[in-house]
Amino acid sequence: MLEFVQHVINGLSLGSIYALVAIGYTMVFGILRLINFAHGEVYMLGAFAGFYVVRWMGFAQNPSLAALLITLVAAMAFCAAAGFCIERLAYKPLRGAPTINVLITAVGVSLFLQYTGQLVFGSDPQFFPPVYQPQAAWEWGELKVNPIQVAILIISTVLMGILQFVLFRTRVGRAMRAVQFNHDLARLMGISTDKIISYTFMFGSALAGAAGVLVGLAYPKIDPLMGVLPGLKSFAAAVLGGIGNVTGAFLGAILLGLAEEFLAAYWSPTYRDALAFAILILILLIKPTGLLGKKQTEKV
Amino acid sequence: MASFTMRSMLSVFLVAALLTPGCRKKETENVIKVGEIGSMTGAEATFGLSTHEGVKLAMDEANAAGGINGKKIEVISIDDQGKPEEAAIAMTKLITQNKVVAVIGEVASSRSLAIAPIAQQYKVPMISPSSTNPKVTQIGNYIFRVCFIDPFQGTVMARFALDTLKVKKLAIFRDVKNDYSVGLADFFKETLLAGGGQVVADQSYSAGDMDFKSQLTAIRTAEPEAVFIPGYYTDVGLIVRQARELGLTVPLLGGDGWDSPKLTEIGGAAMDGTYFSNHYSEEDKSPQVVSFIEKYKKAYGIVPNGISALGYDAAMVLIDALKRTKSSSQEDLRNAIAETKNFVGIGGKITMDENRNPVKPAVVIKVQDGKFRYTATVEPK
Repeated sequence: MLEFVQHVINGLSLGSIYALVAIGYTMVFGILRLINFAHGEVYMLGAFAGFYVVRWMGFAQNPSLAALLITLVAAMAFCAAAGFCIERLAYKPLRGAPTINVLITAVGVSLFLQYTGQLVFGSDPQFFPPVYQPQAAWEWGELKVNPIQVAILIISTVLMGILQFVLFRTRVGRAMRAVQFNHDLARLMGISTDKIISYTFMFGSALAGAAGVLVGLAYPKIDPLMGVLPGLKSFAAAVLGGIGNVTGAFLGAILLGLAEEFLAAYWSPTYRDALAFAILILILLIKPTGLLGKKQTEKV
Repeated sequence: MASFTMRSMLSVFLVAALLTPGCRKKETENVIKVGEIGSMTGAEATFGLSTHEGVKLAMDEANAAGGINGKKIEVISIDDQGKPEEAAIAMTKLITQNKVVAVIGEVASSRSLAIAPIAQQYKVPMISPSSTNPKVTQIGNYIFRVCFIDPFQGTVMARFALDTLKVKKLAIFRDVKNDYSVGLADFFKETLLAGGGQVVADQSYSAGDMDFKSQLTAIRTAEPEAVFIPGYYTDVGLIVRQARELGLTVPLLGGDGWDSPKLTEIGGAAMDGTYFSNHYSEEDKSPQVVSFIEKYKKAYGIVPNGISALGYDAAMVLIDALKRTKSSSQEDLRNAIAETKNFVGIGGKITMDENRNPVKPAVVIKVQDGKFRYTATVEPK
C-alpha cells in the first residue's frame, strides 16, 4: 500500500512537469494549428537560464524558497523572450505558408537550439545547484515524500491556475480564445492577431521555462539535449488530452506521468516509454479527438 | 566581368593543383598518420575529451623525443558526437582519405563495435583504449584494446562484494540500452551466483531517463545488502541521488563508466560509500603513475582520470609497436602490436593474449567526501 502511494506521488510530480510543457504545445496548436517542435528546447533553455541565474546570484550557498521563486521568474522571463524571438524570426515570416513548411521550420529551430546549446553550454551534463533545499524528507514509516516533489506539484498547479485566470478572466485571454476560434473574425473585431500570437508563444514558453527550472531542482542534471524526450512526451500528453485544450493537456500529462510510473514499477521499466505510448494510441483509437477534445467539422 | 572571375578562379585551381601533390608527397615521407575517433561532444563528451588528452600527451612526448625513426607522428582526431553511425563515417574517412596507419578508438563499446568491422575490412590496426565489451576484439585480428574486459570487471566487483564487503543479497540495476552495462551485469550475476550470492532484484533503465524512483522503490522493497549499477557517470549521479532520497543506504557498486569528476558533482554527498572498479588510481605510488600524473598536470592543469590513462596507454602501445615495426606494411604493424609483452602502462603491465585483450589488474575505488580513494587491487587469475 505504502509503495503504491509512493508511486502515485512520484507519478504526479513527473506528470505536473510534463503538464507545464504540454500546455505550451496545446496553446500554440490551438491558435496556429502548428506543432511547435522547438518547444522542448525552450524548456531546456529555461533549465540553463535558471542554472546561470543561480550561479550569478550565488543562491547555491544559501538556498531558500525565495531564491527558487526569483530563479523561476527570471527563467520564465527569459523563456518568454526566447519564445517571442522564435515566433518573430522563424514562424511569422511563414504566416500563410502551407502548414508543412512551418512544421519543417519548427524541426529546424529545434535542431538549431540543440546544437547551439551544445556549443554555448558545452555538451557535458551540468549540475543544477540546489536553489531550494528543504530539510530531510517527510517520512511516514516506509513512505518518503521529498518536499521538492510537493513544491513542484504546488508551483505547477499555481502556474496553471494563473494561466486559467488569464485565459478566462482577462481581455488578453478573451482575445486569445477569439483568435483560436477564427483568425479573420477576430481581426474584424479589432483584435491584433499578430500581437495575440506573440502573447501565446510568450505564455507557453514561460511555462516551459518554469518546467525547466523545476526539473533542474528535482533531477539536478541538465544538458543541451534534455528537451528532446520530455518534449516528445509532453506533445503526446497534449494530444492525449485533446490538442488545443489547456485543461486536457494538464489531464493528459498527469495521466502520462502516472502511467509511466506504474508501468515501470509493476511491469517493465525497460519498455515504459513504449507502453506509455501504447496506452496513448489505445485512447486515441477509442476517442480520436483526445480526452477533452471537441469534434471539429472540416470546412470544405 | 563574369568571365574574368571564372578565369581567375580557374587559374587559382590550376596553381593549387600543381602545388598540392608536391607538398603532399613531402609530408607523407616524414609523417606517420594516426587516426583517433572519440565522443568529443555529446552526452559522453568527458570520455572522448579525456582520451584525447591522454593520446595527445603520449604523441607529443614521442615527437619531442624524435618521433619514430626520425618520422613525426600526426594525430588526426575526429569527433563522432557519441553516435555509432558518425563513428563509422569517421573510420572510413580516416582510412580511405587520410590514409592513417592505425586508429585509436572508440571509448564506448557500442561505438567500437560499429567501427571495428571497417578497420578489419581494410586491415588497419585499431586499438580501443577502453571498450571493455568482449565482442569488440572478437571482430577480427586487427582489433586490439588496452583495457580489461567486462567478464573480468564484473568478476572483480562480484568478488569484492562477496569477499570484502561480505554481502550475499545483491540487486542489479542495469542500463538496458547499453552493451557495456548489460555485459557487466551478466558477468557480475554469474560470478555472484557461483560464489554463493543471491540476486534479489534485477531492474533496468534507459540512458537519459530522469526518474529512476519506480525501479529504485522496487529494489528497496527487495531489501538487498548492496546494489550493482554498471552505468555511465551521466546517469549514475542521478540514480545514486534518488536511491539515497528513497532511503536506500546500502553500498552501491559500479564499473569504470563511473569514472568522471561529474559523478561527484551531480551525485554530491549521496555518492559517499559507493565503490567502482577502475583501470588505475591516482593514489597509486608506482613511478610510472607518479610521473604520468605530473606530466598530465603540467599539460592540462588537472589530475587525469582512468579514461585519460587508458588513452595514454593505447597511444604508448601503438608508439612502441611502431618503433618495433621494420617495414611500413599494415600486417607487420599488426604483428608488432600483437607481440606486446610486459609493456609497463599506467594501468599496469600489458601483455596481449591470443584474443588481443591485455591481461592486467583492476583497482577498486571508494568514493568518500567527493574524493576517489584507492581501496584494493584485484589481479587477473
